[in-house]
Amino acid sequence: MTVLRIENLGISFGGVNALAGVGFTVRRGDIFAVIGPNGAGKTTLFNVVSGIYTPKTGRILLGDKDVTGLPPHQLARLGLSRTFQNLQIFFRMSAVENVMVGRHLHENRNVLAHFFTLPSVLRQNKTTREKSEDLLALVGLRDYADRSAGALPYGALKRLEIARALATEPHVLLLDEPAAGCNPVETEEIDVVIQKIAASGVTVVLVEHDMRLVMKISSRIHVLDQGHTLAEGDASEIRNNPAVIAAYLGAQGVTEVRRARG
Amino acid sequence: MAEFLQFTFSGLTVGAIYALVALGFTLIYNASDVINFAQGEFVMLGGMVTVFAAAAGIPLPLAALLAIAVAVTVGMLLHRLAIEPARGATAVTLIIITIGASILLRGLAATFFDKNFHSLPPLIRSEPWMVGGAALLPQSVVVLIGTAVIVAALWSFLTRTMTGKAMLATASNRLAARLVGINTSAIVGLSFMVSAAIGAIGGILAAPITLTNYDVGTLLALKAFAAAMLGGMGNPLGAVAGGLLLGLLEAFGAGYLSSQYKDAIAFIVILFVLFVRPQGLFGKIGVERV
Amino acid sequence: MIVVAIALVVLLLPLILPSSFYYRVLALVFINALAVVGLNLLMGFAGQVSLGHAGFFGIGAYSVALGPTYLGIPSWAALIGGTMLSALIAFVVGRPILKLKGYYLAVATLGMGLLISMVFTNEAGVTGGPNGMPVPRLQLFGWRVFGSQTWYWISGISLIIGAWVAVNLIASPTGRAFRAIHDSETAARVLGIDVARYKLLAFVLSAIYAAVAGSYFSLFDGFVTPNTASFLLSIEFVVMAVLGGLGSILGSVVGAAILVMLPQVLTVFHDYEHIVLGLILIVFLIFLPSGIVPAIATRFGRRTT
Repeated sequence: MTVLRIENLGISFGGVNALAGVGFTVRRGDIFAVIGPNGAGKTTLFNVVSGIYTPKTGRILLGDKDVTGLPPHQLARLGLSRTFQNLQIFFRMSAVENVMVGRHLHENRNVLAHFFTLPSVLRQNKTTREKSEDLLALVGLRDYADRSAGALPYGALKRLEIARALATEPHVLLLDEPAAGCNPVETEEIDVVIQKIAASGVTVVLVEHDMRLVMKISSRIHVLDQGHTLAEGDASEIRNNPAVIAAYLGAQGVTEVRRARG
Repeated sequence: MAEFLQFTFSGLTVGAIYALVALGFTLIYNASDVINFAQGEFVMLGGMVTVFAAAAGIPLPLAALLAIAVAVTVGMLLHRLAIEPARGATAVTLIIITIGASILLRGLAATFFDKNFHSLPPLIRSEPWMVGGAALLPQSVVVLIGTAVIVAALWSFLTRTMTGKAMLATASNRLAARLVGINTSAIVGLSFMVSAAIGAIGGILAAPITLTNYDVGTLLALKAFAAAMLGGMGNPLGAVAGGLLLGLLEAFGAGYLSSQYKDAIAFIVILFVLFVRPQGLFGKIGVERV
Repeated sequence: MIVVAIALVVLLLPLILPSSFYYRVLALVFINALAVVGLNLLMGFAGQVSLGHAGFFGIGAYSVALGPTYLGIPSWAALIGGTMLSALIAFVVGRPILKLKGYYLAVATLGMGLLISMVFTNEAGVTGGPNGMPVPRLQLFGWRVFGSQTWYWISGISLIIGAWVAVNLIASPTGRAFRAIHDSETAARVLGIDVARYKLLAFVLSAIYAAVAGSYFSLFDGFVTPNTASFLLSIEFVVMAVLGGLGSILGSVVGAAILVMLPQVLTVFHDYEHIVLGLILIVFLIFLPSGIVPAIATRFGRRTT
């Protein structure tokens, strides 16, 4: 079943095409990776899909609903959430409060009740906190719950963003370079977390530079180069695609690879 | 027609002063990202120090130079003692620090000088010229020419001298400027001093027409700020254009609509601009990066 | 916790107050603090600057003067009307204004505040212009409300309620939305928070706090002038909030107390009042940029709201 479909997506900044004619289909339960060299347009793609930028051409379908141009908060309501390559942490809050913000859509948002802290608000705060702690546990940050987010190490913040995005209970989760800047141990942990998330029925779309991670966990891989689709396939197809190798290593590299493989 | 010309003359004169103060804002903002709410106090110092130095028997040209020197010193001290130690503070904190400086300077002026209005003798004869039935004060011409000279001088300083180029480099990317060996802190200090000098000259030129007192800077700074935004924050030529435009709008608004709400025009204009075109008339739109 | 502390101060202070002069000063502290608590919701929690909040304070202040004088409505109804008008203006103006950020928002709010104060100054036929106008005394159930002691209690209890509501709000999903917007609008949006709506809510709420405080102020004083809507007062509110500590409700009260009591102390310096005020602002913000209460709290290793 298709959960996310991108058709002919294009956007340009100051006359430069950052994305042109990009399209793909993500099926339920996929771990769908978008890869490509620096400047290929991966993060721009995420910014368009999550509603931060409005595309110049093309359509975005979430399930069977056309969501092109919808603002991020409405996309969240429809079950799409994401993390950021450049961390967007709520630094003045504790770790658990960061995740609690993610519960926003599942809470009663009646301001009048909030004014007077009705018992229902207290009960709700309690449930929100419990759910958030569970999510922190899922990403291995249970012990950091009451630490100030500003004081957490980088790798922990990456996982905090994942927990926070999960708190919205998304159908589709976009992860923007979840392993960037992480050491091998942390990458290993994130790998496990992503597989757990996928196993729980959330469709994961990720942008990632760590090829070992991508090849290991992805069910489909979509390759971008200079804003265009270069290839799509499973791990072994992509690994052996000459165009992909050329994009990553340059034409000379392709020759070298061929030589090396004899 | 005579009426129209009259409003144009007075609008351009006042606009030139706004332009100078707005230019001062822009210089400091570009170099340091600080909006200096004490900018109007430089104008006040220019006028008041000249008045009192002249009253003490110092010849007028020397008194004016003294006033500029005082303003530059104050600009330097403001940077050294209030802005530099607060480096890294939030925008709101910096705003309040400069507002504190503005209150302090006003208090000092009220104490050391007085709270009365003062005037300076105009640079040339005071009888107005009649142009198309409208009166043009010679001093207005002096203000306009003075403004043009300052803008031209600033322009050649920024584009011709090494220090000026260092200032532009600091404005466009502070980290990169520091990496190529520019002492950015000194450049920021310099921008405070230059904009203090510009403000003081404006105050001296305007005093014969608009009068001066210890409190003259507050509203002037706010309007010049509006002018800078009208032209597009951070754009020096935009600041000048914004200042002149605001002066004209005010003069015509006061003449044809309501003189009572003359001071309101600046803020109605600025609200309108912010709603319709927040980057100002000559600014560029930035893209949100995440 | 914080609310209990404020309540204890309000309840116990009268035991040691020697004269009605002190009641008067403290009533002024509470009234200002009420406005600042509201402003803090906007600035300290939702992270949106306003340099024009005296505009809302002024609307509150003039409504209890104009309503009874020209429309013959009772003061309490004028207070409610003025508060609603403030909220309405905040709602209408806030929509476009709050799209702006940083300095741009600062200038837009500043312009809004100045425009409001110009109306009070220029419509002299109705408002008495720069000289101001008398404010009829508040009458409740046939009881004429006046005097420093009475207003001490009214403003003190209102402050307790205002602080209580603010503290409640901060600990609720609404408060978390405010604080999220402060740190990262983008992240807040992606998590489903309607950022524009919550900014507007914070703006309207802070306008309501300011308007109520403004009404109290002029009812207490018996006279109202355009100073109640002036740019300088807007700045004073911001200074109170920043001095006490943005994001700290207790800080708002402390900030208001310092800035209201300072001139009383500084009368010793009479002519130098502005010089000292300016110096204090600069020195405090350089050495305690996060504000007094948060600085003390960090010192003792505790978080406060």
